[in-house]
Amino acid sequence: MSLIARHLEDRGIPTMCMASALDIIKAGRPPRITFVDYPLGHTVGKPFDQAGQLDIVRRGLAGLVSMTHAEQVEMLSRSWDETGVWKAEEWRKGGAGGKDERRPRDGTPQYQTAEDRILAEGR
Amino acid sequence: MEPIEYMRMTRELYESLGHQPYGWLHAETPPPFTRLNKPLSQCRIGMVSTSGAYVVGQQAYHYRDDTSIRVIPKGTPTDRIHFSHITENYLPDPRRDPNCVFPVDALRTLEAEGVVGEVAGDLFSCMGGIYSQRRVKEELIPMLADAFAGQNVDAVLLVPM
Repeated sequence: MSLIARHLEDRGIPTMCMASALDIIKAGRPPRITFVDYPLGHTVGKPFDQAGQLDIVRRGLAGLVSMTHAEQVEMLSRSWDETGVWKAEEWRKGGAGGKDERRPRDGTPQYQTAEDRILAEGR
Repeated sequence: MEPIEYMRMTRELYESLGHQPYGWLHAETPPPFTRLNKPLSQCRIGMVSTSGAYVVGQQAYHYRDDTSIRVIPKGTPTDRIHFSHITENYLPDPRRDPNCVFPVDALRTLEAEGVVGEVAGDLFSCMGGIYSQRRVKEELIPMLADAFAGQNVDAVLLVPM
């Protein structure tokens, strides 16, 4: 994603990268980052938390105005839960001794539902 | 509490499984920086989500370095936005509420509030888990850049999975 942001910025379009994986996004050095310390898959909020989602996106867009130089990072003061127990669970599943959760590198479309395939491909 | 070190986590996982290390991007040079040249309330905002979002009826993404994009009109009902992404383990909540990674409702609200001038008519998605940085640069990025140029956007929000 950082490559996309850097390219658009180079073409004169300001960009804001939302992010939940701070180390990965910082390594790519995009122009601007708004960080949300939520589990992956929730970059702009918890499911059905409309107020939270709106605030996160609002803050991200505001950074387009407030950030005055490259590589600024806004750390939003939000936490997923009070204990942070989800982080230990992420390490348990995704660290040494966990399993590779990536799907096989299949070259055919991977639909969310069988009905989606029928609607898209007629079969 | 400190953010999770995902690169170390994944490095340790792959080592324990005997896999080759994942090749994350490490940019060697500072990024370009372009200032917004007008108030946000006068800007047309574009958005790309690298979550593998597609509209029901469109072809889903495949999981072998798919460098294609999908055009998702901003008026698309959220229940018509589905996902295919190589890391499906992160998709359960986005599949219940696409706004977790494709914040179309929030963008529509900010447009209605006048916080942004306008949300571009077409939003975009792509697949984030592309291994080949060369193919990202040569195939995906030119396509996305042309797509945003066609939408005449003033700024872009990027949302990873």
